[in-house]
Amino acid sequence: MHPNTTSRRTPFHDFHRAAGAKLVEFAGFEMPVRYGGDVREHLAVRNAVGLFDITHMGEFRVTGAGAAEFIHRAVTNDVLGMEVGQAIYTPMCRPDGGIVDDLLVYRFAAHFMLVVNASTTAKDLAWLQEHAPRAVEITDLSDETALLAVQGPRAEQVLRGHVPDAALQLGFYRFMEGPAFDAPAVISRTGYTGEDGFELYFHPRFAAQVWEGIVRAGATAGLEPVGLGARDTLRLEMGYVLYGNDIDDTTTPLEAGLGWTVKLKKEGFAGRDALLRQREQGLARRLVGFELDGRRVPRHGMAIESGGRPMGRVTSGTFSPSLERPIGMGYVESAFDRPGGTLEVVAGGSKLSARIVPRPFWTRGSRRS
Amino acid sequence: MAFPDDLRYTPEHEWTRLEGGLVTVGITSYATDQLGDVVFVELPAAGKQLEAQKAFGVVEAVKTVSDLFAPLAGEVVEVNAALADNPALVNQDPFGEGWMIRLKPANADHLMKLLSSVDYEKFVEEQHA
Repeated sequence: MHPNTTSRRTPFHDFHRAAGAKLVEFAGFEMPVRYGGDVREHLAVRNAVGLFDITHMGEFRVTGAGAAEFIHRAVTNDVLGMEVGQAIYTPMCRPDGGIVDDLLVYRFAAHFMLVVNASTTAKDLAWLQEHAPRAVEITDLSDETALLAVQGPRAEQVLRGHVPDAALQLGFYRFMEGPAFDAPAVISRTGYTGEDGFELYFHPRFAAQVWEGIVRAGATAGLEPVGLGARDTLRLEMGYVLYGNDIDDTTTPLEAGLGWTVKLKKEGFAGRDALLRQREQGLARRLVGFELDGRRVPRHGMAIESGGRPMGRVTSGTFSPSLERPIGMGYVESAFDRPGGTLEVVAGGSKLSARIVPRPFWTRGSRRS
Repeated sequence: MAFPDDLRYTPEHEWTRLEGGLVTVGITSYATDQLGDVVFVELPAAGKQLEAQKAFGVVEAVKTVSDLFAPLAGEVVEVNAALADNPALVNQDPFGEGWMIRLKPANADHLMKLLSSVDYEKFVEEQHA
């Protein structure tokens, strides 16, 4: 539970300490799990604005002749169709359709940036390097990249005057390079919360000025620092999957409801044959969202049953601060994937009654699409 | 982290207070700090006989769940009904309004087997050594 001596610290460590954060070990980093309280931080993001240190995420730079074609073949989404200044979300699959990781791909004029999960950074780098043609160079920039997310309906208000005006005009999943709080940065209108917001990538040497600048600019907007605890409840209310919980090497994007990121018409990408076969044969299981009555909370790993028959397991569960009820996700046999269908979640000696509902659970976010 | 010195503690982070022959039980500020925001507390009904060290209830927090363990054997004579509507009391006032159950202990002497505040503080610090 407590941070061990081998975990790495982000350049914002002292600010977390000063803000009273409870720090935990996460994917090799000592990260803030909460400051004031999960619910308070969660609601700050839904109603005002929150500041997240997500420096633990991994960043790769991909350059060289054929870089676009290489990434296009490595992931399931359409990379060749991307414009410069655009980011996309995409799974990256094994030949059997299992998910190596889910990531963001950023297209710059002459290179790409891939943003990957902290827990899979080393695996992803090895995977990509193994499959890259000789002319393509993949550089791990994770140690030279600090990453802060400013998320919430007042995110624009916080950044106004501290980033170029053009950055405030960015559409969802668009980005630009420019100064943020006087630091050279990649300013990206992306996030994992369902709210409007930005993610700022910059060199760690600017950590103090950017963090302090955001906190100062956010003071009148009700900005709060937000830990990994609320980051998880925010993403789960949106039904966003978390690698290692809801998806992994043994699940496919189609099963996880990520079909919109899989361009099956695209020739020759890793996992295509297996995913085509899976689509033709029909999915044996699907990831569903469910809500529960009462206050008992479904947790990762709990069994899901239907009429006493085993169905699968809960992959994510929490008490939703916005909906004030327990929610969860898990895999069930495809035949049971219908809104209103009922399931039981086995929580110790109790069976909790759950109802399948469409994702996202929370539909009132400020996110632009 | 300092803890009230008139209470006795368990390694499972419950506290106990002996008053008029009854033992009040709750969880410590260290426990609530670890758990985060509590959203639900499942407690036994009055009249239930508890066995020492056996689970008697559940604390659900947003991020995690934890069993409650009986610090000593006895009969539940009262539960904190206020927690049903306001489980946040556990976070706000763990040693006061956030209490959970009152027990009629089978043997109140067994309280002396529990940790003193000094020993509990040491125990908590060792968790972080």
